[in-house]
Amino acid sequence: MIWKILLFVLMTFVSIAGISFPIVEKPSNWYEFPLIPGLGENAKIIFFHVPTAWLTVVAFFMSFIFSIKYLKQKNHEYDVKAYVANQLGIIFCILATLTGAIWAKFAWGAFWSWDPRQTSIFALLLIYGAWFALRSSIDSDEKRATLSSVYSIIAFFTVPFFIFIMPRIMTGLHPGSADDDNLGPVINFKMNENMQLIFFLSLTAFSLLYFWMWNLGYKSILIKEKLIKKFER
Amino acid sequence: MKMFSRAYNLFIKDLRSELRTRYAINALIMFILVAISVILFSIGNEKIPPQLTAGLYWVVIFFSAMSGLSRAFVSEEEKGTTLTLQLVANADIVFSGKLLFNLSLTFFINLIITFLYAAFFEDFVINNFSLFLITFFFGNIGLAISSTIIASIIAKAGAKGTLYPVLSFPILLPLILTCVQLTIFCFDGINIENSVYELAIVISYDIVMITISYLLFDFIWKE
Repeated sequence: MIWKILLFVLMTFVSIAGISFPIVEKPSNWYEFPLIPGLGENAKIIFFHVPTAWLTVVAFFMSFIFSIKYLKQKNHEYDVKAYVANQLGIIFCILATLTGAIWAKFAWGAFWSWDPRQTSIFALLLIYGAWFALRSSIDSDEKRATLSSVYSIIAFFTVPFFIFIMPRIMTGLHPGSADDDNLGPVINFKMNENMQLIFFLSLTAFSLLYFWMWNLGYKSILIKEKLIKKFER
Repeated sequence: MKMFSRAYNLFIKDLRSELRTRYAINALIMFILVAISVILFSIGNEKIPPQLTAGLYWVVIFFSAMSGLSRAFVSEEEKGTTLTLQLVANADIVFSGKLLFNLSLTFFINLIITFLYAAFFEDFVINNFSLFLITFFFGNIGLAISSTIIASIIAKAGAKGTLYPVLSFPILLPLILTCVQLTIFCFDGINIENSVYELAIVISYDIVMITISYLLFDFIWKE
């Protein structure tokens, strides 16, 4: 219960702070954000865009870990855990794509311009889609769990190419691209301390939300299956 | 050595059963002709830039791979010979044999595609031939490896046709994007020293994929 209240307070604070704190040239009060050249008011979406993108990768990683565990022990519970992680992952992936597109409209002038980052988040969306398509095509439970685990592991090994390698060596608009002369990511260099604080609070709040949802999701599926077994007997 | 000779035997068996009907090869060659003529019709008399030519070249390569390479495992499931194969050979040997077959098929069809592109597309002028050879070689190896492992999943999943490109595309995307980039470099005549990063991506992709395929094929094959 205390966790839920804490999460509620944290989420509300982050939302209020992220949306309503002013952006000024020379921040003097603790609640003022610095002006980042080229971004202006758009910079505020960073509190909601980056956590969703981060959770997309976290969900992917968790599904990878539970897939390995499933292949090792063939325990049905791990398959359910991987499934719920991917379910949440696709939601956050869509959110990251949408918030990114909205940000791109105001910062770069178009919703979609096939920047390497946009290509990589699109590829992640395709991987999630393919994973669910594969799952829905198999009837037998055990076969479905094994094959989707294998696909999840294979797909995870292509993710570093999308997330870490290609956006950094190809030219693009997103911070961190090969031709970015602004000395690396926005987080380290252009935010002041209170902006960083809000940013990492937002990251924590979204991560907590994710783990809570994931916990509820896989437990409810396991209970449902137990009940179905009980009433069939 | 013994493993290699057994994989080679499996490859010869696949080759013989393919040459008996020539179904896959004929269908693939016709597919390539149809795809390229559709592209040529839609271009008409327009002049297309080299970047687009490079993209279209890999589009045809991708889709011809998607229409041909799944047969290696799907035909075993269709004929009901999977269980026999499980008795006579273990997973590594089966995967090596199928990979050899898919590798030779990929190189064969992609040589035809390259020949047809060189013949029909004005802008398909390779200014750096050694870079093109390296790209072609490692690109085809990566394509064959990923297609083979996904084909084995598809064969077990029972949904044959439509799911294959859906599952393969995100896996192949890093390879294809980088190969398109490298092909544009070849057209522009950029030397190898300036394309080291892209070549490194393609080669590391090949290594990652072949390692993960040998590790995971056992689980798919026993299913």
